[in-house]
Amino acid sequence: MSSSTRNSVNSDTMTSHSQGAPLLELRNLSTHYVSAAGTRVVRAVEDVSLTLHARETLGIVGESGSGKSTLALTMLRVLPPAAQIVSGQMLFEGEDLVQKSEEDMRKVRGKRIAMILQDPMASLNPLFTIGDQVGEPLREHEGASRKTAWEKAIQLLKSVRIPSSETRVTQYPHEMSGGMRQRIVGAIAISCEPRLLIADEPTTSLDLTIQAQYLNLLRDLQQEHGLGLIFITHNLGIVAKMCNLLAVMYAGKVVESGPVSRVFNTPAHPYTEALLSSIPRMTEQRQRLTAIDGQPPDLSNLPRGCAFAARCPRVFARCMVEEPPIFTPSPGQTARCWLAAPNTAHASSPQVSVGAL
Amino acid sequence: MSTTAAPVPIAVQAAPRSRMARLGDVPIIPCTILGIIAFTAVFADFLAPHDPQFGNLTARFHPPAWQAGGSMEHIFGTDHLGRDVLSRLIFGARVSLVVGFTAVIVAGVIGTTLGIISGYLGRWADQVIMRVTDTWLALPALTFAIFLAAIVGPSEMNIVIILGAVYWTRYARIVRGEVLSLKEREFVRLAIVAGASKWTIMRRHILPNVINSSIVLATLMLGVVIVTEASLSFLGVGVPPPKPAWGVMLSDGKQGLMVGYWWLTVMPGTCIMLMVLSANLLGDWLRVKLDPQLRQL
Repeated sequence: MSSSTRNSVNSDTMTSHSQGAPLLELRNLSTHYVSAAGTRVVRAVEDVSLTLHARETLGIVGESGSGKSTLALTMLRVLPPAAQIVSGQMLFEGEDLVQKSEEDMRKVRGKRIAMILQDPMASLNPLFTIGDQVGEPLREHEGASRKTAWEKAIQLLKSVRIPSSETRVTQYPHEMSGGMRQRIVGAIAISCEPRLLIADEPTTSLDLTIQAQYLNLLRDLQQEHGLGLIFITHNLGIVAKMCNLLAVMYAGKVVESGPVSRVFNTPAHPYTEALLSSIPRMTEQRQRLTAIDGQPPDLSNLPRGCAFAARCPRVFARCMVEEPPIFTPSPGQTARCWLAAPNTAHASSPQVSVGAL
Repeated sequence: MSTTAAPVPIAVQAAPRSRMARLGDVPIIPCTILGIIAFTAVFADFLAPHDPQFGNLTARFHPPAWQAGGSMEHIFGTDHLGRDVLSRLIFGARVSLVVGFTAVIVAGVIGTTLGIISGYLGRWADQVIMRVTDTWLALPALTFAIFLAAIVGPSEMNIVIILGAVYWTRYARIVRGEVLSLKEREFVRLAIVAGASKWTIMRRHILPNVINSSIVLATLMLGVVIVTEASLSFLGVGVPPPKPAWGVMLSDGKQGLMVGYWWLTVMPGTCIMLMVLSANLLGDWLRVKLDPQLRQL
């Protein structure tokens, strides 16, 4: 099962998945960090709209500080005190999560939406046995007894392919290898059979072989349980392997989104293009790595116009003065770039059809 | 290619090790000393050769048995009222042990609880608790204890409450600091995204991780608390006088030190030292044992 064949299968079947009510629909979601004095506002997530159906995998990519992780925290409403959701809706199975009370939200976390954190190696409490920790969400959300939770924990460890799970449940995290701890965190995430799994850079701390194993495991779990999966990463290789949808974030906004194959083959935003060309290729003789020049803008003091204009190789006058709305260069693909405007003339064209929001 | 081989049931060493086996190498000397102190405290009525509170005024300042003028009647000699020092030491163990341990536990429970709440909830809870702690720490502990003792009056029970009220701030400070770093740890964040409530997290994830520090601090505080109890007793606001407490004996004997009645201070002093030292050694050992990462070593 090479990644390329699977990938094409994914993109072909994607259209059939898209039918029916979406699992998660973000509408114009914005999350800002506000300084204590209220004078500085960091627009970490700004006007993000995304749709995900069950069994689909969405990859969210972007540089550090582009708002990927804040978006993930927003989806579970576990933001630090300084951050708040200022506008937008998050429809999860038809319910708006933004409007939910904290107590109701707590019942969603871990039960209906689960999350795998950036450093799963450190995600386990050193003082409790594996069995206790894997069973904890069951006891918390489903009121399972200690015994039932323990037995379920053994089953869960089996499902994440941990050998001799009966012995492993009685052990402590420090007795496990990194890959095992990783899979245990995966077992905790699926313990309450969630509908949506958010993985925030789940493989950054793993070596490549373990990484591949883990990604396969996650994909198998997704297919078994029919999960929606959101992958937050800066590794485009993982996106190609795992995802059928892609959203590229830059300076808090989704600058381009769409089916992975389409975005990879015909990127509509110069930033996506630059990201794709910065992947080192084995075939090329040139040793120097391509990078995108410049720095992302200060999110508390965004420039006028397009946030990427200062680094964009194809910038033109309009980019500096007017912020591009969302265009739809091809069905299912969106881009926040004037180049993607229907009448592609770079000259000033006052009539702009704004993409459906 | 499949990722892992079929789970072959490999017999990974017989797992359930008993809790006692894990405790293994108990430190013998501290345990023996504390055991003896505890034993004498419990069975003081049977062990003491004389009445600790009444002495024979004709038999004042008798030296210990091995010194010239001493007798086997009073092995550790007698004090300024002719009371048997050994008997007073035996009964004093009861006072020191009860007051010391309970006060340390009372302070520990209050301080740890407030420290966790302060550190984990943050915001106004943190502000209130930490400002109270600051105020508490700004007052000299002994002066504050005397002040409280003057209000509630001297009795063993009150001493415990006073010492608990004075020293909880030490725990609160240290525990809060640990909680602040703990709550940023990934496993706490995982518990949050898994939908655990604040109280569940504090009880299941924070408390077990700070309890070791509390225990280690408690062993260090034991010495401080015993000395404070002694000081309060000396100043007449501690354990009421006829009752034998090591602190009272120490204070009573200090005037005799200049004229060669060394046993009146050295004996209770040695007892306090041995008890505090043993508690510290035991605490150190316990700290290592309670840490699952060090347990294997």
